[in-house]
Amino acid sequence: MSAITTISAQRSAAIGHKPSAATAEPAWTRRLLISISLGFLGLFLLAPLLVVFAEALRGGVRAYVAAFADPDARAAIRLTLLVAGISVPVNLVFGVMAAWAIAKFEFRGKSVLVTLIDLPFAISPVVSGLVFVLLFGMQGWLGPWLAAHDIRLIFAVPGIVLATVFVTFPFVARELIPLMQEQGTEDEEAALSLGAGGWQTFRRVTLPNVKWALLYGVILCNARAMGEFGAVSVVSGHVRGLTNTMPLHVEILYNEYNFVAAFAVASLLALLALITLAAKQLVLIREQAAVRKG
Amino acid sequence: MPAMQKKPSVLPGFGLSLGYTVMYLSLIVLIPLGALFARTLAMSWADFWSAVSSARVWASYKLTFGASLIAAIINAVFGFVVAWSLVRYRFPGRKLIDAIVDLPFALPTAVSGIALTALYAPNGWFGRWLTPLGIKAAFAPLGVMISLTFIGLPFVVRTLQPALEDLEAESEEAAASLGAGRWSTFRRVILPAVLPALLTGFALALARALGEYGSVVFISGNMPMRTEITSLLIVTKLEQYDYAGATAIAVVMLAASFAILLGINLLQWWAGARRRGAT
Repeated sequence: MSAITTISAQRSAAIGHKPSAATAEPAWTRRLLISISLGFLGLFLLAPLLVVFAEALRGGVRAYVAAFADPDARAAIRLTLLVAGISVPVNLVFGVMAAWAIAKFEFRGKSVLVTLIDLPFAISPVVSGLVFVLLFGMQGWLGPWLAAHDIRLIFAVPGIVLATVFVTFPFVARELIPLMQEQGTEDEEAALSLGAGGWQTFRRVTLPNVKWALLYGVILCNARAMGEFGAVSVVSGHVRGLTNTMPLHVEILYNEYNFVAAFAVASLLALLALITLAAKQLVLIREQAAVRKG
Repeated sequence: MPAMQKKPSVLPGFGLSLGYTVMYLSLIVLIPLGALFARTLAMSWADFWSAVSSARVWASYKLTFGASLIAAIINAVFGFVVAWSLVRYRFPGRKLIDAIVDLPFALPTAVSGIALTALYAPNGWFGRWLTPLGIKAAFAPLGVMISLTFIGLPFVVRTLQPALEDLEAESEEAAASLGAGRWSTFRRVILPAVLPALLTGFALALARALGEYGSVVFISGNMPMRTEITSLLIVTKLEQYDYAGATAIAVVMLAASFAILLGINLLQWWAGARRRGAT
């Protein structure tokens, strides 16, 4: 599963294409194809996005704001921030370590390692949650031992964090690896030969070279960490006010037919998605500027 | 390329970074996944088979695979048109549209689930027009298909865009100068050149749809035998404390997605071999 949302995939896409007269379609074909595109995207992307905000504001601004006064909603927001606050840094450190080993050195089994890092993307969210229940649940391998020592992982916050770390595992690594491979090791070798230490070389040469890809990886990782539903739903136990993240709280409100509150919390998550998309564009523009300059 | 050099690197930190990577990967991904397979191996073949082949499970496979396949085909067709328009034409709002294509990646699945349900429910924006026509979208297999189309939308567009950019104008001009019409140039020159990318996007959309959960469970209605997808069945079994049953079905789903992944890797190898052959 190479480069789908990675910046490197889109770097080339921004250059643009100028067809000559002989290879251009007639105007009516062009208009038809553009209309089909706009219709399809309007139906499948714009309408779902708009309906979230329309439903959230259906009862007026007062009802919208009231949805966030609910202590359970606040607890869900706090838990979501906590889970993302742990999973993102943990996977950031891993991503940098993995990219350093894979991009800067040659060793046997490298392509297997790269494939294994991408593995969580190929696994259904529900199955990702299931594996942790099998490990740490009461019927699981470590369940009885954990219960005897009064440690609760599943149906508690640690399980939610673990499942989130699992599903967001590849994001930073897969943004960094292709870019760092492309950049090679010449800059670092030069710094080392000029007497810089290893850590200094990393901090002052490698890090500035990859900062935009790193930032983009973190943004994607964060969006998924805050929005994950399937995996977290399996391990959470759905205890209101205790083990409900924002997406799980949306589900509970929705199933209770409390639509305004459900869409109000959902609208926060939709805003997060829009911010994520905007940040991606910003990083892309910065990247292109850096490529043109260098 | 400097990265291809064979001489040993002078850079520090190889042991540390590789060791950390392998350890962390094992702890978070490999050992938990191993637990899943170990659990399955502990089952007898007869138990495994009865868990993965009961009538209710079969109905869920049919729905999941069928709806995923149709959704991936819809995305292949319309994704091609979208990618083509974005790459070849200039029109107002193009940049904004290009940015918003990734929305299904960024929007949490629970949010897309309730949003699509609100749209296609009998009193929703779209549902109120479909219901008089006798079309039931929400709480029916059609709703599952709509959700899976949404979730797979970016894959075809994003894999096709770079492939369309890379097309050389010369081959199209040559075809035109030899008297080929635009349609036959498309069919004989452009389509074969971007076919690997199109198939890769299709396979990625299919793989994503097979495992999808959040965006489907709200709109599907979750009626056993009719609108129950396989991921939901795993959750249901877990809630009934049937861990063995849940695990067995999960292994079947994993096998299916690994098979598709293998197909994708073969496709990319094929595309790479073709590129090398061309130059």
